[in-house]
Amino acid sequence: MRYIPNASEDIREMLAVVGVDSIDRLFETIPDAVKLDRLLDLPGPWSEIEQRRWFNGLARKNRTAVDHDSFLGAGAYSHFQPACVDQLLLRSEFLTSYTPYQPEVSQGTLQSIFEYQTHQCLLTGLDVANASLYDGSTALVEAVLLAERVSRNRKKVVVAQSVHPHYRDTVTTYVQNLGLEVVEVPWGPDGRIDPEQLRDACTDDVMAVAVQSPNFLGVIEDYASIASIADGVKATKIAVIAEASSLGLLSPPGAHGFDVAVGEGQAWGIAPQFGGPYVGFMVVRDVLKRHMPGRLVGETVDVDGRRAFVLTLATREQHIRRGKATSNICTNEALIALAANIYLSLMGREGLREVAVQCVQKAAYLRQQLATTGLAEIPFSGPIYNEFTVRTSRPASEVLAAFAEQKILGGVAIGEFFPELQNDFLVAVTEMNTREQMDRYVEVLRGVVTKEAR
Amino acid sequence: MSTIIEKPEAAAKLAAAPAFNREGLIFEHSKKGRRGYSLPALDVPRRELSDLLPAELRRDTIDDECEVSEVDVIRHFTRLSKLNVSIDAGLYPLGSCTMKHNPRINEEIARIGGFAQSHPMQPEDQVQGNLELLWNLEQSLKEILGMPRVTLQPVAGAHRELTGILMIHKALATGGNARKYILIPDSAHGTNPASANFAGYGIRELKSNSRGTLDLDLLEKQVDEDVAALMITVPNTLGVFEDQITAIAGILHRKGAYLYCDGANLNSFVGIARPGDMGIDVIHSNLHKTFSTPHGGGGPGAGPVGVSERLIPFLPTPTIEKGDDGSFFLDYNHAASIGRVRAFNGNFGVLVRALTYMRSMGPTGLRRVAQLAVLNANYIRARLKAAYHLPYDAPSLHEVVFSDRNQTSRDVHTLDIAKRLMDYGFHPPTIYFPLIVAGALMIEPTETEPKEELDAFCDAMLAIATECEERPELVRSAPHTTPVRRLDEARAARQPILRWKP
Ligand SMILES: Cc1ncc(COP(=O)(O)O)c(C=O)c1O
Repeated sequence: MRYIPNASEDIREMLAVVGVDSIDRLFETIPDAVKLDRLLDLPGPWSEIEQRRWFNGLARKNRTAVDHDSFLGAGAYSHFQPACVDQLLLRSEFLTSYTPYQPEVSQGTLQSIFEYQTHQCLLTGLDVANASLYDGSTALVEAVLLAERVSRNRKKVVVAQSVHPHYRDTVTTYVQNLGLEVVEVPWGPDGRIDPEQLRDACTDDVMAVAVQSPNFLGVIEDYASIASIADGVKATKIAVIAEASSLGLLSPPGAHGFDVAVGEGQAWGIAPQFGGPYVGFMVVRDVLKRHMPGRLVGETVDVDGRRAFVLTLATREQHIRRGKATSNICTNEALIALAANIYLSLMGREGLREVAVQCVQKAAYLRQQLATTGLAEIPFSGPIYNEFTVRTSRPASEVLAAFAEQKILGGVAIGEFFPELQNDFLVAVTEMNTREQMDRYVEVLRGVVTKEAR
Repeated sequence: MSTIIEKPEAAAKLAAAPAFNREGLIFEHSKKGRRGYSLPALDVPRRELSDLLPAELRRDTIDDECEVSEVDVIRHFTRLSKLNVSIDAGLYPLGSCTMKHNPRINEEIARIGGFAQSHPMQPEDQVQGNLELLWNLEQSLKEILGMPRVTLQPVAGAHRELTGILMIHKALATGGNARKYILIPDSAHGTNPASANFAGYGIRELKSNSRGTLDLDLLEKQVDEDVAALMITVPNTLGVFEDQITAIAGILHRKGAYLYCDGANLNSFVGIARPGDMGIDVIHSNLHKTFSTPHGGGGPGAGPVGVSERLIPFLPTPTIEKGDDGSFFLDYNHAASIGRVRAFNGNFGVLVRALTYMRSMGPTGLRRVAQLAVLNANYIRARLKAAYHLPYDAPSLHEVVFSDRNQTSRDVHTLDIAKRLMDYGFHPPTIYFPLIVAGALMIEPTETEPKEELDAFCDAMLAIATECEERPELVRSAPHTTPVRRLDEARAARQPILRWKP
């Protein structure tokens, strides 16, 4: 048993010290009636050789960006993953340590979180970031719950229908017993939230307004006009960012008076890995910091006056406040936040911008190719970052299946979420996509569409 | 400068850490013009940004973001890492946290390109390998837990608690009365009441008896028509198994309530007994504990939830199913489901590691895990019980909880003992938890510790007990050999500095 060092001799000596003659005696408090009288019916034990054989076999059954051109987005993006990030994550001292409750022996983790918090503030233009939340969807939930705490008994939250459908569903699940009402506001012809309908929805019992930008359709929202509508009823303004690389170029929510920015940090060097682990982030205005969910790291000094970092404002948290905590979160996504910190540091001020600029330029290129060739319709006219909605004359699922045959992961169908959009799909383009891939994309689509015409 | 720098032999391990000249923040290393990345040149015609995005949607720069080279980054994070202790460097006996060895094959398997680069929004026919993996993991967890269905969606202990309580709420509400309260023993972890609250329930706290377990008469009185469930930890946070567990289940079920089990401590009985055979309705397991996935400085985790037959309709969506043709699919078609608890498909990368571990161990290995986890804990208990007070002396399984009662007369407290352990090269145990023990020192060694390491730890604890008698000031002012010494935590909270500013 390679992970269990103690063998028979050790066990004999230990049993003697404990004063029992067999290990079974140590389990006498478990009633015989509930003890298993057989071994579990499970495969294994397997050697590493067998592990590699079986798991590699499974992995080969997937189609992925490893051997396909990927244009997949919808909340998880294929971006550059610098070699340094993973190499550093594998350092034992980061990988195999626990939550830094004992600061004297956890300064590495604590300082890294402090740096991560700083990056979040710089990117979003807001004041205070926490140490991480599970992912973008639960970060939105936490933002809604925070807004409710500061709202003085308002119970209604307005959410744009163009917020990622999984995020909206997660909110609905979480608030189902909390007496909150979620009001959804549709988009207009340009794909942005419809300002008239937003104005109508913002009655004075609304505690928060949440919009995603770029939104699920790929369109960048106009934070300024949304903020002015929400301010009319003094609602907390929540910006959701599902494509974090956009913060390298887009004007951040903090610059437009938003109170809370939440989102998904996967774009910061994290592999898509079928949905997780990712890292949810939350950044708020200073006045909201004591309502924040999750861990916060602060700077202080030790008894010798040296700078040091420590978990702080912990009276918000479950281990102290229990049933009255600002959130139930305990384990978070610390290692992924570390990955994000390493990524953001490596790329830095120039690299983050360059990634974002390449995204915008390349997405604009492909979008224009598709529009000018007439192969596809671009149903929403609003400004985009690196993703856009495409509509053809055929059901999206058929078009994407045809792409897959040509080793192209051509996009994400959205008819499942919006039944009226059966022919629509999202196409994401990042710094990973080459012009050659995009030109081939157009050719393959030509084949798919003309085959239909024949 | 520190006044006492007294370094026992065993502290050699920590001595490698730079005690002074601490590493600056990455932002403080920044110098204009440094680069840590390279990207291919733009290969499409470059258009004016103003043609693509109106000025009010753009930012000019990311003010104050850093500019550093790859060398700066590698050095910085390597230096930071040296300020941490970790399970790879030695015993990390945090009670309730199950800090066991993290096998490296798990890391390798999770990084296989076909898994790591697979995308959560792909159609099912493109990700059959992932779905087959998840389906297999569910089957294995069903067998381990003895439950008929398991959801893999929740990503941590607290998340799975919320998921479980929401299911109970929905099931009761479907029957016409969701009820008002969750009963929670006073020994419970803080996430239990917090999760119950966010699921819409009030909390009634249950007092533990002198063995640290539940009193059936008291329970019987507390369970009325308003009680939705009892949230119990098995074995509890003292490491003591609730030997009346089936009777407890009976009391709840007779009153139409549910028995919810926090399975964070599954490591103590995996392969020996199964929650499903005890009348438990909901059990969750922290894969980042029992199933060896690394804690990563606080996360990520994964918290699958197993449910009894009558809660199956309420499981979160999607579930993973195997079709008649042998292919796998995600099923959203559950009318009574509580809904989705997170975007996408749970912490897949963590789930891959956990299944790898289960296969490495097999049924014999998993049983051995519980046996050695319990033996190791009892060995520590036997070696330390003469020196440290055992507030509850009922037989314990995988962890043992001492208190500082023998030391307080010298004005030395749990916190001091914990800090002094650092000088001996060990991470301290969990302290001041569970709350029912004043000055708790909660020790969980796990099965992956060799006897020599347990002995070194016990020797250190015994040496500290002697120091408490002979040189209490040395203990009270510990640690002396760590990269920083005790922190001014009050100042951190009073004048919070939560980010760097230039
Ligand atoms: C008994 C118990 N319950 C619940 C939790 C919470 O789990 P998590 O940190 O994964 O949210 C923990 C661990 O921290 C625990 O020890």
